[in-house]
Amino acid sequence: MTNPNILEVEDLKVHFPITEGLLKRQVGSIAAVNGVSFHIRRGETFSLVGESGCGKSTTALSVLGMQAILSGQIIFDGENITGWTGAQMRHIRRKMQMVYQDPFGSLNPRMKVGAIIGEPLRVHGLAGDREKYRARIKHLMSTVGLLEEMSERYPHEFSGGQRQRISIARALALEPQLIICDEPVSALDVSIQAQVINLLMELQERLGLTYLFIAHDLSVVRHISDRVAVMYLGKIVEEADRDTLFKTPKHPYTKALLGAVPEADPELEARRAEQLIIGEIPSLRSPPMGCTFHTRCAQAMPICSIDSPTLKTVDATALTCHLY
Amino acid sequence: MDPLLAISDLSVTFATDRGHVQALDGVSLDLVAGETLAIVGESGSGKSVTALSVLGLLGDSGQVKTGKIEFEGEDLTKVPASRLREIRGNQIAFIFQEPMSSLNPVLTIGTQVAEPIWLHHKKSWPEAIAEAGKLLAKVAIPDAEQRLEDYPHQFSGGMRQRVMIAMALACQPRLIIADEPTTALDVTVQAQILSLLKNLTKELGSSLILITHDLGVVARYADKVAVMYGGRIVETASALDLYKNPKHPYTNGLMASIPKLDGDPGSRLFTIEGQPPDLSDLPAGCAFHPRCPHVHEACRAGKPPLRSVAPNHELACFGYD
Repeated sequence: MTNPNILEVEDLKVHFPITEGLLKRQVGSIAAVNGVSFHIRRGETFSLVGESGCGKSTTALSVLGMQAILSGQIIFDGENITGWTGAQMRHIRRKMQMVYQDPFGSLNPRMKVGAIIGEPLRVHGLAGDREKYRARIKHLMSTVGLLEEMSERYPHEFSGGQRQRISIARALALEPQLIICDEPVSALDVSIQAQVINLLMELQERLGLTYLFIAHDLSVVRHISDRVAVMYLGKIVEEADRDTLFKTPKHPYTKALLGAVPEADPELEARRAEQLIIGEIPSLRSPPMGCTFHTRCAQAMPICSIDSPTLKTVDATALTCHLY
Repeated sequence: MDPLLAISDLSVTFATDRGHVQALDGVSLDLVAGETLAIVGESGSGKSVTALSVLGLLGDSGQVKTGKIEFEGEDLTKVPASRLREIRGNQIAFIFQEPMSSLNPVLTIGTQVAEPIWLHHKKSWPEAIAEAGKLLAKVAIPDAEQRLEDYPHQFSGGMRQRVMIAMALACQPRLIIADEPTTALDVTVQAQILSLLKNLTKELGSSLILITHDLGVVARYADKVAVMYGGRIVETASALDLYKNPKHPYTNGLMASIPKLDGDPGSRLFTIEGQPPDLSDLPAGCAFHPRCPHVHEACRAGKPPLRSVAPNHELACFGYD
């Protein structure tokens, strides 16, 4: 294996047009992803964390070739796939699959579970003969902890957790190398989340999968990730390995995010002085000048509203902040 | 101290296409003035139905079968609808999960916040509007006076939830019920909204019922916790006690299954096997028994009653002695 990275994203920019009036005249644009770079090593779990509108899902869709990009470069498994569409992308998607957040909206309600799981095989012409196809579906179902006889049922007969297992089985059908998981447990009941998280970790060990994990729940992210990048308004503000990021967060936004999440421990919560981050996420239509976080940052300095901070490396952390 | 709200042996059924579904089965709860009670549970556990019963908002299909809901000594299951309307929004206020759909899109924010004041406190309309402006300032909406004329779509999700809190506080209610008030919001905004709610409730000396599935939120904001499963309360205790000494196997499992920020990353999480039950097809006996690691014969036969097992700690489980 020459390249240790399965995915390399360089300076990715995705802008959405703002249109006005009947003729949809373009009057501006929204920088949903504004210069994002990261790489993912084979076999690891890399997480993108952030609040709504930070660009984490748009980044994922760009990697999958499901979102047109403005500029930047995406290299997957040694191949520059930037701007690939249709047939080209189809061959890449055999190696790259996705699990969505909503297990209710992402499964076709009119298809039987077996057919849903087998669909990628049929689309890619890999179904083979009937016997082989059946055996493959049976194997996939047992891999994710579903019973074989469930293949003849429809999605509505399943609970949220089981549906997420179906989604995972479908994503595994083509034996991909990379699976992009977009908030895979946030729609599930608490007692079911742990089941799905365990399943994802088990599959990674057994099949050597690489995950790009997108989430806002920091305790889940800490549990499952090897490395974490925190996004805010279309940019990565801090990136480090899991222990560094959670033990010594550096960017004021990362610190605020960690402080905002209540821990399931009343004693700890009582000791912890609540430090509230002020204000709300600014609109992407008119992002703040300079560092986009300065409007909410407790440690903002005059320079923060003028200059956009460049990427620096402090200890084992890469971050964009004028404080360092 | 007499409880502000005392629910005893409340059972509620809903008429559905598949027959009657028992959403609540013998729920009993006490809440004293100034207390924050969290009701915790998964989907279908009955936590929202409990709240809706207090407000008499079960709709046409829902029906209180047995039990009492005493609010300041008055049984809300017996009072006429007109009396409930006097109480609702006045002495008991409600904050819903979805700030998008619980505000009227065609009325100004000022109108919506002023309405309960005008209606319940019999103030003139200009007085009510002036008060609405003050309330919006109190919930930290910038330029509150100017924003009275704005419509809900001009507010962000967090700001809309602040408006909901302003409406709830308008008549200085004795009890505020908030059903997953921050589930639709981002975490940094969630923390702002919950602290605001908690602080303002404290200032008024009111009680708060917080319905949530988030055990972190419970740990940060609740004094007392009731854990619900399959339409019944399985355990109640003070928040400190519950997290330190969870006694019900379900509570135990829930606590163990969430990843902690100081836990061991990469390890396998504890799991509760199986799925939360379907209310239309509840298992016999204790509804948790098919998922329980400590199941006994008795658990399949009968429903364990909620009994006191320690000071301020109640439990419904046959496995405990």
